[in-house]
Amino acid sequence: MEKRRKVREFKPGSVFYACLVYLFLYLPIFVVIAFSFNTSEMNITFEGFTVEWYGRMFENRQLMQSFVNTIIVAVASTALSVIIGTLCALGLYKFEFKLKSMISSSLYIPIVIPELVFAIALLIFFSSIHVSMSMVTLVIAHVTFSMPFVVITVRARLAGFDKSIEEAARDLGANELRTFFRVTLPMISPGVISGGMLALTMSLDDVVVSFFTAGPESQTLPLKILGMVRKGVSPDVNALSTLMILGTIVILLTATLIQGKLEKKM
Amino acid sequence: MSKTQEKDVIVRIADVDKSFDGERVVKKLNLDVERGEFLTMLGPSGCGKTTTLRMIAGFEVPTSGQIFLEGEDVDDKKPNERNVNTVFQNYALFPHMNVFDNIAFGLVEKKVKKDEIRRRVEEMIRLVQLDGMEKRMPSQMSGGQKQRVAIARALVNRPKVLLLDEPLGALDLKLRKQMQGELKALQRQLGITFIYVTHDQEEALTMSDRIAVMNRGRLEQVGTPEEVYNYPETKFVADFIGESNIIEGYVEHMTEDSIEVTMESGKAVIPETGYRMEEMVYLCIRPENLKISTEQKEGFRFRGQVREHIFIGSTNKTMIEMPNGQMLKSVTPAEDELVPVGTTVNVYWNPGKAVVMRTKEEQIYNVIEQSVEIEGMRNDQIF
Repeated sequence: MEKRRKVREFKPGSVFYACLVYLFLYLPIFVVIAFSFNTSEMNITFEGFTVEWYGRMFENRQLMQSFVNTIIVAVASTALSVIIGTLCALGLYKFEFKLKSMISSSLYIPIVIPELVFAIALLIFFSSIHVSMSMVTLVIAHVTFSMPFVVITVRARLAGFDKSIEEAARDLGANELRTFFRVTLPMISPGVISGGMLALTMSLDDVVVSFFTAGPESQTLPLKILGMVRKGVSPDVNALSTLMILGTIVILLTATLIQGKLEKKM
Repeated sequence: MSKTQEKDVIVRIADVDKSFDGERVVKKLNLDVERGEFLTMLGPSGCGKTTTLRMIAGFEVPTSGQIFLEGEDVDDKKPNERNVNTVFQNYALFPHMNVFDNIAFGLVEKKVKKDEIRRRVEEMIRLVQLDGMEKRMPSQMSGGQKQRVAIARALVNRPKVLLLDEPLGALDLKLRKQMQGELKALQRQLGITFIYVTHDQEEALTMSDRIAVMNRGRLEQVGTPEEVYNYPETKFVADFIGESNIIEGYVEHMTEDSIEVTMESGKAVIPETGYRMEEMVYLCIRPENLKISTEQKEGFRFRGQVREHIFIGSTNKTMIEMPNGQMLKSVTPAEDELVPVGTTVNVYWNPGKAVVMRTKEEQIYNVIEQSVEIEGMRNDQIF
């Protein structure tokens, strides 16, 4: 009892240390947010408050187009990754076949391989089969690197899965498809959702792979920003970044909430 | 169950064999289950009883042989197409559904109307005494409650046969006893055929109409609890169900109405006929039928030494060591006087209380003899 209490007490030293950690993590982000409201175009001194850059950002048609591209690519690649990845995980769980261990460990290659090497490999692959870079190649590229994450999270969920629950559903008159949608999928959904979230965030902020596999008409937001900061960081990039941070926080919170709700039920 | 009466067979297992990776777990199984009966498949773990149950449910396909449900071969029927339901050992409730939805699952699949689902599920909830728990999730329930949900979930579909795979295995002793009574009462009330798998011989004896004893993939004996307890047909059955003294011997003398069996530690006269001279037999005597006395008993020359008395509440168990080292058990009421430890005593039993069984070698011999006869050959040409 005595010991437990001590752990729970806040010591001024640890509070100070925790503050330092958070400052280190989040100060750069606060700087970006602060400068997005700066009247000066230079990111050196704060001269006054304005929302002008937000207006300018929305007027920038190229920027908006790349934003739309990013969303399309992210949603499409996430949906594909989730479907393929979940099926892959289920197949690896349910069936025994030759070279199973080799196939399952080969899924980690896209994760451990240097992203640049992977991106160049994709570039060479697409050009060697004479496919010009477009939204389609971009989506395919994103699926290749985000799908393994879905497989991993869904497999983790399946590790504790009791097969007799599926048998019970079959026994009660459900065919394979009904069993999957009424029993299997709801039970593995926390794994599917967290895998999907990983895939989504990886697709949203990917630069390296997108740089090599995007066509001129399919520039994504990270690529656009990269192009813009070459000429110096302008305040409208700050404004855009602020909105992206906000968006990420909202997505993260909803995902945590949904997941918490699902897991609490079981 | 007279043989002349037409039997109403609901499940027929005919010559079923099942192998996993070349290992035979069920061997040439033949079993008829009658409509409305409580049949228990009893045997040690790995004897093939659960595999047999899973074949009836449709989760496993027999390697050879057929299974008939109400006279129809169900070989090509999937589990969802068979009118049987299973209660699983670990309950296998759907963790993401509450009690009501768990029980309603089968009815929803059958596209039963909503208000009828509600009525039937509520009726089931009352039947298994889970009133007021409709909205509970499985994770918020105790083992006994989960088992009730699992039973209700299966019974609500009004199956022709209910299969139960060691359903009470995970419950503590007291709850298990209570659930045994409730299950038996439910079965009587609903008249549904139950096929119950267990390794607990006491459970099998108290609940069943008939018991099918299995060992190493083979059916050893099928009969009422009284039959398998009082008249075990094989050494395994005698050993597995209840406690037994099993003594090996051979037939030395025969009269018109009895045989004299010579054992390593003595002789006994048994009022049985139909054995051959020199035939190897096992005698099986239940501990409650094995008696000891300081006086010589007629028909017995079988002496041992009292080694130990073990007090078991209402009874005493006396261990008697025979000259060949075998320990025999005798159970007597606690109020009976005990023979002091170390005394040499005569061991005996009431004539008729010993079951004589042929040894396995003899059984094999008989089978060969019969098949040779069937083929129309003369025995003495071979033997």
